[in-house]
Amino acid sequence: MQDVLKKKSMEKRILAPRDSRETIGNINVPNPRMVCRNVNVYYDDKQAIRNVSIDIGSNEVLAMIGPSGCGKSTFLRCLNRMNDTIESCRVNGQIFFDGSNIYDPSVDVVPLRAQIGMVFQKPNPFPKSIYENVSWAPIIHGLVETKADADEIVETSLHKAGLWDEVKDRLGQPGTGLSGGQQQRLCIARAIAVSPEVILMDEPCSALDPIATAKIEDLIDELREQYTIVIVTHSMQQASRVSQRTAFFHLGDLIEVGSTGTVFTKPSHQLTEDYITGRYG
Amino acid sequence: MIVPVLLLILLALSVAGFFLGRKKASAVAKSAGGRHKLHSRPNYYGIVTGLWCCLPAFFLFLLWLIFEQRIVTSLVIADLPPTLQQLPRERLVLIVQDIRNLATGNIVSGEITPEMRDAAAHFLELQDIGTMITSVLVLVVALAGILFFYRRITPELRARNQVEIVIKSLLIVCSTIAIFTTVGIVLSVLYEAIRFFRHVPVTDFLFGLEWSPQMAIREEQVGSSGAFGAVPVFAGTLLISAIAMMVAVPVGLLSAIFLSEYADKKIRAVVKPLLEILAGVPTVVYGFFAALVVAPSIRAVGSQIGLDVSSESALAAGLVMGIMIIPFVSSLSDDVINAVPQSLRDGAYSVGATRSETVKHVLIPAALPGIVGGILLAVSRAIGETMIVVMAAGLSANLTANPLQAVTTVTVQIVTLLVGDQEFDSPKTLAAFALGLVLFIGTLLLNIIALTVVRKYRERYE
Repeated sequence: MQDVLKKKSMEKRILAPRDSRETIGNINVPNPRMVCRNVNVYYDDKQAIRNVSIDIGSNEVLAMIGPSGCGKSTFLRCLNRMNDTIESCRVNGQIFFDGSNIYDPSVDVVPLRAQIGMVFQKPNPFPKSIYENVSWAPIIHGLVETKADADEIVETSLHKAGLWDEVKDRLGQPGTGLSGGQQQRLCIARAIAVSPEVILMDEPCSALDPIATAKIEDLIDELREQYTIVIVTHSMQQASRVSQRTAFFHLGDLIEVGSTGTVFTKPSHQLTEDYITGRYG
Repeated sequence: MIVPVLLLILLALSVAGFFLGRKKASAVAKSAGGRHKLHSRPNYYGIVTGLWCCLPAFFLFLLWLIFEQRIVTSLVIADLPPTLQQLPRERLVLIVQDIRNLATGNIVSGEITPEMRDAAAHFLELQDIGTMITSVLVLVVALAGILFFYRRITPELRARNQVEIVIKSLLIVCSTIAIFTTVGIVLSVLYEAIRFFRHVPVTDFLFGLEWSPQMAIREEQVGSSGAFGAVPVFAGTLLISAIAMMVAVPVGLLSAIFLSEYADKKIRAVVKPLLEILAGVPTVVYGFFAALVVAPSIRAVGSQIGLDVSSESALAAGLVMGIMIIPFVSSLSDDVINAVPQSLRDGAYSVGATRSETVKHVLIPAALPGIVGGILLAVSRAIGETMIVVMAAGLSANLTANPLQAVTTVTVQIVTLLVGDQEFDSPKTLAAFALGLVLFIGTLLLNIIALTVVRKYRERYE
C-alpha cells in the first residue's frame, strides 16, 4: 500500500486536494520554546503545508529533512513570518512563541523577527563593511547607545560565530569580500547580534565546501547552549551530526518526528525509511 | 543608374562566391578524408570567398565616389582655354562651379560662354568615362577576389578565424560611430566658438554679468556693441534646473520606492505605465500648461500672500519641467531597486528591520549607481529643455536667484540667436556656439563628478 502511494506521488508532483497524513512519533517536548498547531500554508490555491503540528524545545537543535519540494523551507519561513514577504502566501493555524500566537493580528513582526533570527541557504551579507553587517541590526533596534556598545556587540557576535580571529584586522572591509564559509558565519553573527532566542537555518551549508561546513556544524553545536535552533538540511549526515530531534516532511505533510537517534536507526514510517536509506529523494 | 546595377552585380557575385567557396571546401574535405579534416565548417569558406569578392571591390568603389569630383574637376580645369586658366583663383572656382551646374542642369549664376558650354560637355564625358573605368575595375577586382581565395582553399585554411576578424572589425566600427560623432560635434562647435572668442574675450563671456546679444546694424545706433556676459544665462539655467530637480528627485525617487517595495502587483501594473506616459507628452504641451495654468496660479497665490510674482517666472517653468522629468528618475530607480537581489531584503527583514529601514540602509545604497544614473539623465533633460522655458519663463536675461522672476536659459538663448536669417560672421550668431560649448563642458563635468561620487559610495552586491 505504501509503495503504491509513494509511486503515485512520485509520478504526480502536483498535489491533489486531500487530507493530511497523520504524524508518527511524539510531537511534544517537555519544555517547548515554540508550539505549532495545525499549520496550513497555501501559495495562491496550492497547498504547500498540510496540518502540521510540532513542538520546538528549548536549547535543542531540530532538524527538518525531506525531499525537495516537501515544504520544509516553507514551514521554516512560517516560524518568523518571513512568508509575509511573499504576496501569494497564506498561512493559517497557530504558532505560539512564548505563549502568544505569532499569527495573531496584534503581533508586530519587527520585534518578532529580532527574537527569531534566520540564516539563509545562500550567504547574503549586506554590501556593507563586516562591522556594519553585524552592528546594523542592533543600531536600528536601539540596542546600542555608544560606539563602545556597538564595538562590544560586534566583537562578541563575531566571537560566537567563530569569525573574530579571521576578520578582526579588517572589520572595515566589505562583507561580500569574504569567502563563502566566512560569509555564512558573518550572517550567523548578524543574526545573533540582536540576541534572538531562536535561530532558523535554511540549508546553511548547501553552498559551502566540507571544511566550511564542518566549522558551521561545530558552531551550531556551541550555539545550542544559548539558542534554540531549527535547521533545514538535505544532508542526512548533517542532520544526524547536529540535531537532537528530527522531523521528516513529505509532500507538505509532517510524516514522522522523533529523537534523531530513533529516526535514523529505527524509523517507524516506510517513507522515512526509504528516504534516509537513500531509496529516493 | 549604373551605380545600383553595379552594386546588384557585386552582390550576385558575392553570393556566387559563397556557393563556390562552400562547394570547393566540401570537395576538398572529401578528398582529404571527411569533413572533420576541414579546419572550419564549409559555410565559413563560402563566407570568406564572398567577402573577398565584395569587400575589396566595395572599397575601390567607395574611393571612386569620394575622389570622383576632385579628379574630374582637375581634369576639366587642365583642359580649359589658357585665358580662363590665368584668371585669379576665386574667379576660377566660380567658373568651375558654373560648369558643374551647367553639366548637372542646375541654375547658373553668370553668363554662359561657348567655352563653358564645351567644358560642361567635357565634364560629363569625363565623368562617364570615369564611371565606366571604375565599374570594370570593380568587377575585375571582385572576380579576382573570388579566384584568389578559391584557389587558396585547403583543409588547413582557418576560414572561421577570418570571418571572426571581419565580424569583430564590424563591431568595433559600430561602437566607435558614437564616439566619432561626439568628437565631430565638439570640433564643429569648438571651431565656431573660437571665432566668437576672436570678437569677444573669453573672460568677458564667462564672467560678464550682462547679456544682451542684439546688435544694432549701424554703428551710431544705441546698443551697437551688444553685451555677451553669459553669467545671467547660465544662472537662469541653473535656477530652473535646480527647481526642476527639487521636484523630480524626491517625487520620482519616492514613487519608485513605493512602486518597488510597497505597492502590490496590481497597483504597480497600473501606476508604472501611467507614470511613464508623462515622458511621452510633447514638451510643447507642457509649455502651454506651464504658461496658461501654472504660471497664472502661482501669480494669483503670490499676490494673495503679498508677493510680487512676474507672469513669466522661473518657478512655473521649473515646476512643470520637474513634473516632466519625474519618469526619468522614477522608472530607472524602480528598475534598479527591483534588481537588488531578494536575498538582501530577506537578510534585512530577518534581523527585524522595517520596510523603511531596509529601503534606506540596504536597497538604496545597493541601487545607488542606477538611481544616480536616472537623476543624471533627468538633469541633462532639464538643462537641455527649451520649449517650457520659452513659453513659461521668458526671454529676459535677469541675473537673479529669485524664482518668482523671469529668467532665461542657455538653450533658449541659443534658439533665439539662431532662429531666422542670420549672418554667420557676427558675434551675435557665433555666441550661440560659445554657449553650446560651455554647456557641453558643463554637462560633461557633471557626468564625471557623478561617476566619481557613485564609485565612492556604491555598495557592490554582486
